[in-house]
Amino acid sequence: MLTIQEILETNRMIEQNNFDVRTITLGISLRDCCHSDIKIFCQNIYEKITRAGEHLVRTGEDIEAEYGIPIINKRISVTPIAIVAESCHTDTYVPVAQALDAAAKTVGVNFIGGFSALVEKGYTKGDRILIQSIPEALAQTERVCSSINLASTKAGINMDCVREMGQIIKRTAELTKDRDALGCAKLVVFANVPEDNPFMAGAFHGVGEAEKVISVGVSGPGVVKRALEEVRGQDFSAVAETIKKTAFKITRVGQLVAQEASRRMGVPFGIIDLSLAPTPAVGDSVAHILEEMGLESCGAPGTTAALAILNDAVKKGGLMASSHVGGLSGAFIPVSEDAGMIAAVERGSLTLEKLEAMTCVCSVGLDMIAVPGDTSAATISGIIADEAAIGMINNKTTAVRIIPVPGKKVGDSVEFGGLLGYSPIIPVNTFKSDDFIARGGRIPAPIRSLTN
Amino acid sequence: MKAVITIVGQDRVGIVAMVSEILAVNSVNILNINQNILDGFFNMVMIVDMTSSKVSLKDLQQVLKGKGQELGLDIKVQHEDIFQIMHRI
Repeated sequence: MLTIQEILETNRMIEQNNFDVRTITLGISLRDCCHSDIKIFCQNIYEKITRAGEHLVRTGEDIEAEYGIPIINKRISVTPIAIVAESCHTDTYVPVAQALDAAAKTVGVNFIGGFSALVEKGYTKGDRILIQSIPEALAQTERVCSSINLASTKAGINMDCVREMGQIIKRTAELTKDRDALGCAKLVVFANVPEDNPFMAGAFHGVGEAEKVISVGVSGPGVVKRALEEVRGQDFSAVAETIKKTAFKITRVGQLVAQEASRRMGVPFGIIDLSLAPTPAVGDSVAHILEEMGLESCGAPGTTAALAILNDAVKKGGLMASSHVGGLSGAFIPVSEDAGMIAAVERGSLTLEKLEAMTCVCSVGLDMIAVPGDTSAATISGIIADEAAIGMINNKTTAVRIIPVPGKKVGDSVEFGGLLGYSPIIPVNTFKSDDFIARGGRIPAPIRSLTN
Repeated sequence: MKAVITIVGQDRVGIVAMVSEILAVNSVNILNINQNILDGFFNMVMIVDMTSSKVSLKDLQQVLKGKGQELGLDIKVQHEDIFQIMHRI
C-alpha cells in the first residue's frame, strides 16, 4: 500500500515544484500525401493531420484530469516538408506552411513541427525551396515550427547552408520585426538532429519512423532543485545520486502518460524524451539547479562542470524508468525561457561564450538567445558553424536558435511572451568572420565518423 | 480501479463524514484512510476502490471538488497509478 508520505511527495512535486509533462507529441508521416499539384498536396496534408490528430488534445486533457498531472502542450510533428513537397511543381512552400498552420488550429495544438530539411551533406531541389520559403512561412503563420539539419558526425558540415541560414535568420527577423523577431524563436538549426524529438521548435517525424507515433517530453527542473536542497554541502556523489533518483521518478510519470496516450489513441508509443525543460516561471529553472550546487550565479567558473553532472545524471536516472528513451534527453539551456538564466545574463555572469562552452555538455545548444539587431548574417553563420563543429566532433546534438532583434541593442530587452519568455539582448563578439563564411563548401566529416 | 483522494483545508467538524457519505452513495469503497491535523490544517489521504462505483472518476472529481469548495477545502481525486508508477518498481 502507498504511504501518505509518497502521495504527498508526488503532489508536492506537482503543486509546489512545477512538475509537469511538457508535451505529448503526435508524429504523423506525410509520405503518402505527395502530389504534383501543390493545392492537392496541401489539401492532402490538412486532411491527414486533422484526421490523425482529431483526439489528441482531448486525450491529453483526459489524462491530465484523471492523474492530476499537468500536461502543458499537445503538439504535432510531421515528415520534413522538403521531402514530401518536393514533387510539387512550385517555387515556394509558403502555402504548405499555411496548410500546416490551419491543421494545427483545427486540431487545437499550439505548435506543429516539420517545416524542415535535412541538408547535412547537400541540397536537393525541395531543400532549396523550403529554406528560401522559411522567412515568409514563419511570418505568415502562427504555429508552424521550422528546423534545418546542416551537419552531422557522419557527413560533416554543409557550410553553404551555414552561410545561407545566417541570411535566412536575418530575413526571418526582418519579416517579423513588428513582433520582436518572433519568427526566429520558431526556427532552429541543428547538427546531429534526432528524428524523434518531441520538443519544439525542432520536432519533426523522421523518415525511419512508423506511420504515426506518440512521444512524450517530461520536465521538472523545479523538482530537481528542491531535491538538491536536501543535500546541501554534501559531495558530488550525493548530488549525482539525488538527481538520478529524481529523474527516475519524473520519467516514470512520463512513461505512464505516454502509455496511456498511446493506448487511448491507438497509436504506437515512440520514446520518452528525458529533458529538463525550464520555463520562465519562478521555481522552474535549470540555472537555479546549477546555482544550488554552489555557484553564486550561473556562468561562474564551474558552471560547465555543474551542467555536465546534471545532464549525465538525468539520463542515468531516466533511462531505467522508461522502455524507450530518445529525442534530446538531457538539460535544456534556453536563455529567455529560464528565469535563472535571464537573471544571470542581467547581472553579467552569463555570456554567449560561456553558453557556447555549456553547449558541449548540455542536451542541445545555443537556445533562445536574443542578440543585437545589427548582428550580421555572417556573424550568425559563424556562431552556427561553431555550434555545428561542437556537435560534429563530439558526436552530440547541437543547435542554434538565435534571435537578432531589429532595432534592439545591448541594454535593451525583448519580450516573446508565454513559454518563450523574455531576454536581455546579449552582446556578440564584433570581430568579423565574413571571409571564413564566404568560403562555403563542406567541412569534411571527422575521423570519428569512420566507425565501421 | 483504485483512486487516491487528498483533502487539505481548514479543520472543521464533519469533513470525514461528508466525504464518506458521498463515497458510500456512489458505491466507492474506502480501503485506507490516513488523517492528521497540522497547524490547524486538516490533511487526509484516502485510497478507494472504484470497481463498483456508480460514477466515473471524472464525475467523482467534480462532485468532491464542488463540495470541497463549499467548505473551503481542496479535494483532489487522482488515478492511483501515478503514485504507484513513481514510487514502486
